[in-house]
Amino acid sequence: MSNLNVTEYPAIHVPGESILYLDGVSVSFDGFKAIDNLSLYIKKNELRCIIGPNGAGKTTMMDIITGKTRPDAGRVIFGDMTDLTSMSEAEIANMGIGRKFQKPTVFENHTVYDNLKLALKGRRRVFENLFFKLSCEDDDRIRDVLKTIALQNHECLEAGKLSHGQKQWLEIGMLLVQDPKLLLVDEPVAGMTRQETELTAELLTWLAEKHSVVVVEHDMEFVRSLATRVTVLHQGSVLAEGSIESVQENPRVVEVYLGEGQYLT
Amino acid sequence: MMKYKPFIFRLLETDQGGRYFMSILLALIVLVLVCNLVVPESSSFHIPTYAVTLIGKYLTYALLAISLDLVWGYLGILSLGHGAFFGLGGYAMGMYLMRQIGDRGVYGHPVLPDFMVFLDYEVLPWFWYGFDHFWFAVLMVLLVPGMLAFVFGWLAFRSRVTGVYLSIITQALTYALMLAFFQNNLGFGGNNGLTDFKDILGFDLRSDKTRVALFVCSALALLLGYLACRFIVLSRLGSLIMAIRDSEGRVRALGYRDEYYKLFVFVVAAMLAGIAGALYVPQVGIINPGEFSPINSIEMVIWVAMGGRGTLYGAALGAVAVNFAKTYFTAVAPEVWLFILGGLFVGVTLFLPRGIVGAVQNIRGMYRNSSEAGISQEAARK
Repeated sequence: MSNLNVTEYPAIHVPGESILYLDGVSVSFDGFKAIDNLSLYIKKNELRCIIGPNGAGKTTMMDIITGKTRPDAGRVIFGDMTDLTSMSEAEIANMGIGRKFQKPTVFENHTVYDNLKLALKGRRRVFENLFFKLSCEDDDRIRDVLKTIALQNHECLEAGKLSHGQKQWLEIGMLLVQDPKLLLVDEPVAGMTRQETELTAELLTWLAEKHSVVVVEHDMEFVRSLATRVTVLHQGSVLAEGSIESVQENPRVVEVYLGEGQYLT
Repeated sequence: MMKYKPFIFRLLETDQGGRYFMSILLALIVLVLVCNLVVPESSSFHIPTYAVTLIGKYLTYALLAISLDLVWGYLGILSLGHGAFFGLGGYAMGMYLMRQIGDRGVYGHPVLPDFMVFLDYEVLPWFWYGFDHFWFAVLMVLLVPGMLAFVFGWLAFRSRVTGVYLSIITQALTYALMLAFFQNNLGFGGNNGLTDFKDILGFDLRSDKTRVALFVCSALALLLGYLACRFIVLSRLGSLIMAIRDSEGRVRALGYRDEYYKLFVFVVAAMLAGIAGALYVPQVGIINPGEFSPINSIEMVIWVAMGGRGTLYGAALGAVAVNFAKTYFTAVAPEVWLFILGGLFVGVTLFLPRGIVGAVQNIRGMYRNSSEAGISQEAARK
């Protein structure tokens, strides 16, 4: 493998337009640099795809944004001013960042309806939850989302009994009722049928009209169907950025994927 | 009153087992009252007072088991030190009962309890102040276990200690308390603990009426404790703690501070265990550091596992069943009891992963399925 000369893509921070701005973020685990001086800039209401070979640092990047992992260096600016690196996971989530995990993570022993009920925006304190009563508006909201994620006929089913693809949707549905400003979606179409994948692409595109969405995905056809700006991560930093076509023609990207024994098709 | 009634119904609406449990408990209260107080002693239906007290003791264990089930079955924290809270509640009540003795002790000292005279205490230690008053003791029954659970939980949950590590430190907690309370100079009677109680609220503890009253109090505490737990479990908070049990990371990603929820449940459970301990002590007439021994706390876990965790009434059932067996076997063949207990634990883990309650549900489910299959076969024939 030839020594790649990875040039950095400048991330330009324009106040008022940015929803998320990663500024020179680095983190290493036991000497291994998972994220290496990563800079990334997401605009409001942007739909952005992040791709990259295994170990490129995609999930670690999500972990840093959501506060699960603390970076060794750099800043993560949410909105105009807020630096997320000093905040707890719960605080970050309440700022308006929702996350869909790589492995679909729903509450398997709760019904589909209860899963959404727990995700409902607001009311995060202990005692208000002891005396919580679902309002009519809340119920409407949940039912709206149930329709959006095509689970309206399964509201009383235990989430553990859903198919893999349905679980993925339920998790996206939980993000919807949470109503975040920024959605981080990690591999939303893994294990989905072709038809489900298409529906998910539609759903995410629709979501991006009102929210900012960052999608990490391996499925190239899916990424292409989103027809949006793509960022390629490699060894913890940005290798290329642009439309899917321009990225696929980028010789460095091709080399990285071929070097990893994977084809970018 | 009008509003209170439907409220109880709402709590038990989806809880068939709980309705049975409540009915049996109420029937038991009536039965015991009638058979002890009304039926003459010569009749074979008479329940002697020692048996009433024994049942009362089982009921305090049942309350303790329910509180453990809240923590283990619903929140998913396997506490191997739940006896610590039971013991502390017991000691708080024991201290009140000691003060009730007054100058009627063996040494007849006007202020100091017997063990303090024996250990050459000059004055009453400051932490015994206030225990002359019943209300103060009741407050301490709730506050002392609650505070310990709060401090312990605050440290443990904030540092994200989970799983087997958490279980081990809860075990260490109760072990540390046991060692501390064994010390004579701690001021709680050391090895012998607190005993020789005479009165509670001015009523003679040895009289039949007091004992029956204590039994009724235990049964009512169990009933109210059950309803309180049911209220918690049915609330959105209850839904959340089960979510924490199943997927902590998801709960955090939704923006909940999971440690506060854990803390709330842990403190409530500790207080319930304290109440159980406080009702236990006047009925058995003694509290000593042995109550803090780790084996006791492990036994509690077996009760809950045996009955079926995550159902509340299952825990109560398990506590009564195992203790009934314990009373029987320790009388008939004391040397085999620990083997039976160990065997029960292994057996339940292997064959009844959801306890007695789960087994009953399975059998009923099978029965229902087979009858449904029979119906559909008949329908097909037609």
